[in-house]
Amino acid sequence: MNNYVIPTIDWTAAMPVIVVFLTGIAALLVEMFRPRQNNNVIVGISLTGLAVAAYLLASQVGMPAIDTFAGMIRRDHLGLMLQLLMVVACGLTFLFGENYLRERRMAYGEFYPLAIWSTAGGMIMVGTDHLLMIFIGLEVLSISLYCMAGLAREEQRSAESALKYFLLGSLASAFLLYGIAFFYGATGTLSLTQIGMNGAQMNMQILATAFVLIGLGFKASLFPFHMWTPDVYQGAPTNVSAFLATVSKIAALGLMARMLPVLGQTQDFWFPVLFWLSMLTMTVGNVSAIGQTDLKRMLGFSSIAHAGYVMVALLAHLKNPKVVSLDAMVFYLAVYSVATIGAFAVLTLAVRNAQEDARASALHGLWKRNRFAAGAFIVFLISLIGIPFTGGFLGKLLIFQGALQADLLPLAIVLGVNSAISVAYYLFMAKAVFVDDEELTGARVGQTSGGLKLTCVVCAAAVFGSWFFGSTLQSLLGAPNEAAVKVERPVVAQTQR
Amino acid sequence: MENTGLGILSLLLAVPVLGAIFLMFIPETFERAIKGASMVFSLVALGVAATVLSQFDGRSFHFQMMEAVPFLPSIGVQWKVGVDGISIWLVVLTTFLTVVANWFSYYIKTRVKTYFVLLQFLQMAMLGVFVSLDLILFYAFFEASLVPMALLVYIWGGSDRAYAARKFFIYTFGASIFMLIGMIALAMQMQKVTGAMTFDLVAIQAQVANGALWANAMQMQTVVFWTFAVAMMVKCPMFPFHTWLPDAHTEAPTAGSVILAGVLLKMGTFGFLRFCLPLFPEAMQNAVPILMTLCVIGIVYGAIVATMQDDVKKLVAYSSVAHMGFVMLGIVSLSSNGLLGGAYQQLNHGISTGALFLLIGLLYERIHTRKFADMGGLKAQMPIFAALFLIVMFSSVGLPGTNGFIGEFLAMMGAFQAGMAGAFGLNIWLPVIAGTGVVFAAVYLLKMFMQVFYGPITNPDLLRLKDIKTHEIVLVGMFIVLIFWVGFIPTPL
Repeated sequence: MNNYVIPTIDWTAAMPVIVVFLTGIAALLVEMFRPRQNNNVIVGISLTGLAVAAYLLASQVGMPAIDTFAGMIRRDHLGLMLQLLMVVACGLTFLFGENYLRERRMAYGEFYPLAIWSTAGGMIMVGTDHLLMIFIGLEVLSISLYCMAGLAREEQRSAESALKYFLLGSLASAFLLYGIAFFYGATGTLSLTQIGMNGAQMNMQILATAFVLIGLGFKASLFPFHMWTPDVYQGAPTNVSAFLATVSKIAALGLMARMLPVLGQTQDFWFPVLFWLSMLTMTVGNVSAIGQTDLKRMLGFSSIAHAGYVMVALLAHLKNPKVVSLDAMVFYLAVYSVATIGAFAVLTLAVRNAQEDARASALHGLWKRNRFAAGAFIVFLISLIGIPFTGGFLGKLLIFQGALQADLLPLAIVLGVNSAISVAYYLFMAKAVFVDDEELTGARVGQTSGGLKLTCVVCAAAVFGSWFFGSTLQSLLGAPNEAAVKVERPVVAQTQR
Repeated sequence: MENTGLGILSLLLAVPVLGAIFLMFIPETFERAIKGASMVFSLVALGVAATVLSQFDGRSFHFQMMEAVPFLPSIGVQWKVGVDGISIWLVVLTTFLTVVANWFSYYIKTRVKTYFVLLQFLQMAMLGVFVSLDLILFYAFFEASLVPMALLVYIWGGSDRAYAARKFFIYTFGASIFMLIGMIALAMQMQKVTGAMTFDLVAIQAQVANGALWANAMQMQTVVFWTFAVAMMVKCPMFPFHTWLPDAHTEAPTAGSVILAGVLLKMGTFGFLRFCLPLFPEAMQNAVPILMTLCVIGIVYGAIVATMQDDVKKLVAYSSVAHMGFVMLGIVSLSSNGLLGGAYQQLNHGISTGALFLLIGLLYERIHTRKFADMGGLKAQMPIFAALFLIVMFSSVGLPGTNGFIGEFLAMMGAFQAGMAGAFGLNIWLPVIAGTGVVFAAVYLLKMFMQVFYGPITNPDLLRLKDIKTHEIVLVGMFIVLIFWVGFIPTPL
């Protein structure tokens, strides 16, 4: 046993996650010492911490990919980009969150530390090659989210949402853990890369992959593990729904993008499964969204459909990794996230007298009352449909292109059909805010806060900017595709069994 | 990919965008200022379009005033614009009809600012469609035109506007998303042949022309052709994809109808001329019998349905289906006369049907009904209006001396030539049946004229009507001048 190698420690790689964790603790301390005060200080601390983390992440772009902390943490381009996305998405949900929480009279300060830790969990998930770290990350992400979903303590719907999410989520975590155990049993290692190179016990590895995919499919709300999504999104506070739809989804899909390429040995088994699941995810998400009346539910179904689109990008990469890079996927996740956060932000206006009613009729007349928010909402919907001059279109274009290059024409066609179906309910939303007058229903819509305005401006700028600067952004996201391959691995001896 | 920088065509596209941004900063309450500013920007765009026209060399068949700037080099998308003999006239028509639409929108009272901002964006998108020489750029403008148009119908439309707008949006979007897939397939075929992925129309045309692109890829050519063709057929619209048109036309506000009939439908026929013909020559030839049959069905069916309508706008909308059938008939005959006729007739349809919708709009603003039952006997009340209406209607029927005659004649001649020669498996009967459409056109348009202007006045509201105002006469007069000008001096394209 003298081939133990002292682990190399590269603190810079771990720093962003550490900063995010510390930010959460600092925010909680403020809450502890200044209870029942307004949360401005907490928001300030949180945003500052996230900004520092984002800066640290951005400064590492272009650095060589490394494994550090004995293979527990990996820094590579994909991980950095996904982490950056999560940090930004988390910050965006904070921008409009405070005012919304106050309107609903539940401005509990613990929302912020929870969300920050959740983000940190997601960052761990995509920033490692080690299955245990992945599990820890997933649990940190999830447990915080269970609490956040039940933030509106006095409301039954919120409690239902939290409980449902908790029960199903813990089941999914159990599946994931079970899968990890099988992986270890089959190969004797927890490093994904080494599992990928280990040909032992293939049947058990297949079983393990299936369990892991079930666990992740739940988080990413792929069909048939999507049932919780609309209920949870509807019941949870809107800023939490926005968080769920973006940060947790980026983490789960990002982890798939990290995990599946190394599991090439069993690709013949899981590829067809994911192929069909992505088709069904898109279709079920879009078709179920039609006919919903609650806009939060509708956006929940829409997020299911978009997860299917992202899966198309991922599958195209997996089918033909030499030609199709992952930048289409990351790009789409980015543009989807900003548009979705923006749309949820506008939906926060549906609160009145601390009660939330996100049915379409509640937003009637928004255009008259609040031109700015209604206009921004239209912009986000246009991007989600995929109309040109928005990032959403460019993202879809890249996905289509990848699918065709990887010879996945059926997926491209199903994606096309689904884009057309999705128009129906996005137009329904557009109609609710833009066309129908409040005189018809007597509904009233809340006032915009500065934070909401800022969120809308940032998201709308990102939606258009990702089209106009699409070229720059694409090259930034996808620059070193080979970097993942060239990772310097610490020499860890095969454990004797 | 050469980089030539930006030029006058980019300026042409920038004018409406600047206009829209400028309008956004005018407070909502200054309605007159908003209307005035919108008009000024439309006139500037018309001026720029006229400048482009004056610089255009009519003797050349090549694209002119090309501008190319790389946009997404990684997948070969670029900002590439240029005009040729077909698109230049559509550009001018677009700017002209936008001026008309602006002028006629004085009656808009609700959400004035939004309306004019959308109008400017719509103009940008329409111009972009006609000048873009990159497939993705074309697609971008093609789709972008949907949003403002659908919103125009959605907000300022008639009673059933939500249904109409949704149908319009879903039909067009659903068809064109597959065109996007076709475009990518085309670009990948380019990559296979030349080694570089590109959406550059000029480059693709060159590869098609020397036969390299589709060598041994006939099946793919057919598939990609149909993705383009269906998108264009929905936009035209051709039977059996026409059902969105009557709804959209009926519910749209007048200016929207004018633009819809005048420009938006032309995107479909223009797309055929720009993409389907030059890029997929063999597939196009194989498709001629199917397409021509659909054209003929559209002509006859549209005409018959038009005769049955009790609503003026619906009647004109169905007549649009029939007329666009003639345009397509000329194009798909693939003979030089037919192509010229089709290219010509699409402009004329824009003028005459645009004018018809304008006149109907003028009437609607006065009596707020579109049913024949509520009209009748208007000639006594509004003689000038009746006279103008008659001229525009003749142009729509295709009476010699008006613009409608030349295009329809050429299109029919092309179809007959193709049929007589037995080209592409055609025979003489299809154009013969199509010819009956001309007769039907006379039937339904004359019926409309009779029901609106003759007979006793049954609706007491009509008795207080006065004739149209001077500025409205001038507005319609512009169309009349065009009708006769083109009718007597048909400048070759």
